[in-house]
Amino acid sequence: MSATDRQHEAVLSVRGLKTWFATREGTVRSVDGVDLDLAKGEILGLVGESGSGKSVTGFSIMGLVDKPGRVVEGQIFLGASDLLAQSPEQLRSLRGRKLALIFQDPMMTLNPVLSVGTQMVEAVTAHEKVSKKEARARALQSLVRVGIPAPEKRLDAYPHELSGGMRQRVSIAIALLHQPEVIIADEPTTALDVTIQGQILYEIRRLCRESSTALLWITHDLAVVAGLADRVAVMYAGRIVESAPTRALIERPRHPYTAGLIGAVPRIGQAHGERLTQIPGSSPNPLEVRTGCAFAPRCSRAQEKCRSAEPEVTSPSPGVSWRCWFPLEQTA
Amino acid sequence: MNSPALLELKGIEKRYGTRGGGSVAALLSRVGRRAVADEVHAVREVDLSVRPGEVVGLVGESGCGKSSLGRIAAGIARPSAGEIHFRGANVDSLDRAGRRAYGLGVQMVFQNPYASLNPRIRVGDAIGEAARVHGLVAKADLGDHVAQLMRKVGLDPAYAGRLPHQFSGGQRQRIVIARALSVQPTLLVCDEAVAALDVSVQAQVLNLFMSLRDEMKLGYLFISHNLAVVERMADRVLIMYLGRIVESAPARDLFLRPSHPYTRALLNEVPSLDGGTRVYIPIKGELPSPMNPPTGCAFHPRCPQAMPVCSRESPALVEIAKGHRRACHLDAA
Repeated sequence: MSATDRQHEAVLSVRGLKTWFATREGTVRSVDGVDLDLAKGEILGLVGESGSGKSVTGFSIMGLVDKPGRVVEGQIFLGASDLLAQSPEQLRSLRGRKLALIFQDPMMTLNPVLSVGTQMVEAVTAHEKVSKKEARARALQSLVRVGIPAPEKRLDAYPHELSGGMRQRVSIAIALLHQPEVIIADEPTTALDVTIQGQILYEIRRLCRESSTALLWITHDLAVVAGLADRVAVMYAGRIVESAPTRALIERPRHPYTAGLIGAVPRIGQAHGERLTQIPGSSPNPLEVRTGCAFAPRCSRAQEKCRSAEPEVTSPSPGVSWRCWFPLEQTA
Repeated sequence: MNSPALLELKGIEKRYGTRGGGSVAALLSRVGRRAVADEVHAVREVDLSVRPGEVVGLVGESGCGKSSLGRIAAGIARPSAGEIHFRGANVDSLDRAGRRAYGLGVQMVFQNPYASLNPRIRVGDAIGEAARVHGLVAKADLGDHVAQLMRKVGLDPAYAGRLPHQFSGGQRQRIVIARALSVQPTLLVCDEAVAALDVSVQAQVLNLFMSLRDEMKLGYLFISHNLAVVERMADRVLIMYLGRIVESAPARDLFLRPSHPYTRALLNEVPSLDGGTRVYIPIKGELPSPMNPPTGCAFHPRCPQAMPVCSRESPALVEIAKGHRRACHLDAA
């Protein structure tokens, strides 16, 4: 399948995205050549550690990168339109309607001095000419969909009157108001307790399946996407180093970094007291201009070639790819 | 393991008064009456013991009282009622030297390594300060002591002159651990000590905790919301819900045969790498307000197996198998 074919199929398609930050110490290449495709109704987990560029990727897609950051290169297609070529007005009409974002902290979404109902009505009428009454009915309906108990009462509540889990449900309800084609979720359950996280993962998967909404779920926790995503892309130092269907990626990782991440996650039922596989060292300094593979200094398989030349993308089939000169063998 | 407990907490209670109507209360007291104080009963009737070299995991959701209990164990918060025994002696009856031994013997590692270090103090000084102040090492040996501690936690002693901001989160947590170790403690209270770290760094720090335990026979009270981390670390696990211990058992038993419906639900909720796209059967609702806890068993409004008795009577924590205790009205399976 050629790139253009895939762009037609995908609701969201990112090509060669580079988002850099000009700082006093130098240029930070937070996102440095990211390609990704999201099909209609697909749930893609974008996994990486702090500083890997996963959140900046999400923000770039939303057109929310602030100075000193700048998208310096690349294309982001939502359907047929290149988001990077849109005027701010056009972008504003897409955001919230066709493209929605859920932040880690729901208070980034919610205005503390407005009632839930007021801000939801505002979000509806920003994109559609409907009466206040109708907008309120839509808001109510959306709260019902995300499983908020006593939704009518919640419409008149202020954000501080709700628990963290409830607030996150409200911000999901806002994201769903216009039945967007793509939702970008940036660690939306990280700050929540496991029982509440379980509830929200369950709800969001049901909602996306029901409405064929594509979901880009950004997280540092591979275990969260393991139970949620159709496909996983692993990011390291501004690039996607491996991407594959979820089971395949977890059971047969090809990139040594992916394998390292999987080994580092404690799993229930594994031998107690046994040491976890650890990746030596720490994430690279984003200011350093590197030659070769960014993971090479921490990689047990690294050879001379890895330090001198940047690995190319190997993609044996659509949706499966890795960036490694010496990938792990496919076992079984 | 029949060795005596290093630290033993008996019947610990912790109440926090909420001082909403401070002036009203003052006015009432002037006319000789007392305002009914709102209070949060954060910890109720908790018994807990840690033996030398033992890792006790304490698991619960936010607001369940696990951090309050950790701070009480470390001696930085006073319980409202109950007794703390360190090496067999009640800490309230200790003399000055005994109190100091308790203070130094139990050290705490917090979740946020950014907030735990003074940004203006060089890490070598931060690590060596307590040992110097308490006269544990001669002034001439302090440099060696610090270097040795830094090596022990996997830091290059050449960095002793650096300031905290020059280190990553994982390195800072190592600095905090080195500082805790500098006074030769026998017990570390770790309150979500790896929760803020990236997975690859979390694995490094967990491995460090495990080797320190082997090398120094350190005991741990390991507080976490992450059951998978606790299973890896702990010999014994306590599950806490709204201020009470609802289940306690050797780690193996707890994970193989969880008995309390809350423990089962928690185990069910842990996101896991295994088993493909899962069917989540989330437990209903949220943790109730500790200011207004449900009657009877605090878990009954969320419990899938709640019976009429559960809303009336609070179940006692009783032994259902050797070393396995549970507070639930259901028949033990």
